[in-house]
Amino acid sequence: MTHKTIRVGALTRVEGEGALLVRARDGRLTDLQLRIYEPPRFFEALLRGRAFTEPPDITARVCGICPVAYQMSACQALESACGVTVGGALRDLRLLLYYGEWIESHALHIYLLHAPDFLGYPSGVAMAADHRRLVERGLALKKAGNELVAAVGGRAIHPVNVKVGGFHRLPSRAELAPVAERLLQALGDALATVEWVSGFGFPDVEHDYRFLALRHPTEYAILSGDVAVSDGTTFPVADWPRHVVEEQVPHSTALHARLDGRTGYLTGPLARYALNAPLLSPLALRAAADAGLGRVCRNPFRSIVVRAVEIVHACEEALAVIDRYVPPARPAVPVAARPGVGHGASEAPRGTLYHRYRIDDGGKIAAADIVPPTAQNQARIEADLRALVAPRLDRPAAELAGLCERAIRNHDPCISCSAHFLDLRIDHG
Amino acid sequence: MARTVVIGVGNDYRGDDGAGPAVVRLLRGLGVSAVGNGGDPAELIEAWTGAAVAVVIDAARSGDRPGTVRRHAGLRGLPERTASTHALSLADAVALGRALGRLPGELVVYTVEGEGFALGAGLSPPVLASVPRVAEAVLGECAGLRA
Repeated sequence: MTHKTIRVGALTRVEGEGALLVRARDGRLTDLQLRIYEPPRFFEALLRGRAFTEPPDITARVCGICPVAYQMSACQALESACGVTVGGALRDLRLLLYYGEWIESHALHIYLLHAPDFLGYPSGVAMAADHRRLVERGLALKKAGNELVAAVGGRAIHPVNVKVGGFHRLPSRAELAPVAERLLQALGDALATVEWVSGFGFPDVEHDYRFLALRHPTEYAILSGDVAVSDGTTFPVADWPRHVVEEQVPHSTALHARLDGRTGYLTGPLARYALNAPLLSPLALRAAADAGLGRVCRNPFRSIVVRAVEIVHACEEALAVIDRYVPPARPAVPVAARPGVGHGASEAPRGTLYHRYRIDDGGKIAAADIVPPTAQNQARIEADLRALVAPRLDRPAAELAGLCERAIRNHDPCISCSAHFLDLRIDHG
Repeated sequence: MARTVVIGVGNDYRGDDGAGPAVVRLLRGLGVSAVGNGGDPAELIEAWTGAAVAVVIDAARSGDRPGTVRRHAGLRGLPERTASTHALSLADAVALGRALGRLPGELVVYTVEGEGFALGAGLSPPVLASVPRVAEAVLGECAGLRA
């Protein structure tokens, strides 16, 4: 058996390394396995025995890339276990914090990780040398998101102001005013971003995706909602365990998620857009139409356009929230521990993030379960790769590796090495 | 604008990746203003823009003995393999800062070789022992600059 082994910048990065194994016989693809070495689930072990108030901060710090998503899913799961609902201005502030995270995360992915693929650069750094103004615009957008997170969350990287029931301290209207000015500028940059990325050349690829995203009656769901699937199924977040089952696959420490018996569904921007586009803000809807996105977008390479549209939405909605914000009487709803189970889900930048906690009689965490978007998408990313690789097995391995990296980056997996991590091994038998 | 900024890069919940933040806490206890950074390259650039000198402390995984402290001065020849929890490494942040014309006047990087980067684990004994040494060295760095 001959192995053709090509290393493509395998990096030692903390959160995981990726590898792709492709097996072919007689010029036909027989097997493809994406190995995302996510750390095994120490998460849950880390949380057991902690006070019921601790998971929002601990999970946010363990996963540094989208801390707000972790805080929001955790808070809502714990509040639901304790029979508390957070509404009104406190919920608005949570939305605001979350919009900040979408803006910063999407801006980073679009400008430094994804756009270089379309403009023929090996990295965002290389692109910056030729397109300084563009990258400056991306960083300015990201900064607007960071400032919003810092204004509500206390600081930009690991927000410290969030607690079960609400916040430790409320921002004043005066504190949010400069953020609003910045957001207005960001809105202009976001619209320019949609125009810019929609002009890229996109490979002519469409997949018959089965989408999953939260759906809210009046919002383009980000903070809460029921779970909607593109085949028409809808269920409350509390029914998640009856619909989504995770299973261990031999080639990866990450788990593959099965939705109603089948693997390979997709969560993230394409899913949100397909299921909720009519609820986008007016400018975002208009930008999507101008960008030619259509009602549903099944081309994963165009996810960069959807992310840009979501930045427009986040800026516009954040401005509306700041405009109507009146600080409530108390920074948080009191929450008393109650033994039981609670479920919470929200839309992290890269897809639906589900948390479940069981609280014991002493107010401690007895069990925790976290289903991140990357674990849900892994099987679907493999399917994208199979479709891409099967007709191109005769291509040079380096070219194939580059294409595969692009196909993976389309889904912005939450592995630090999604930049340039792929260790591709092709086994032609 | 501060002439010197001290930045500790890393994540406390990732074992020895917490070396940078640990040094920052120690320095703050000594009244030195220092900022933590979760490894976000854009934030790094933001933190050192306009500074005459930036001192960055980061964990490394280079194959050295755990706890080994190295000082890298200058803006070239940075270690590629600092342990980054984000999408870009420190070397990438420097390259990006250069492309954008946003580098500090001078950059000094201290790396602490880590032993383990497992989720949730604390600092390993060799790294724990190195943290005060790095803090002292950074203090010396700041004093030397004032002199």
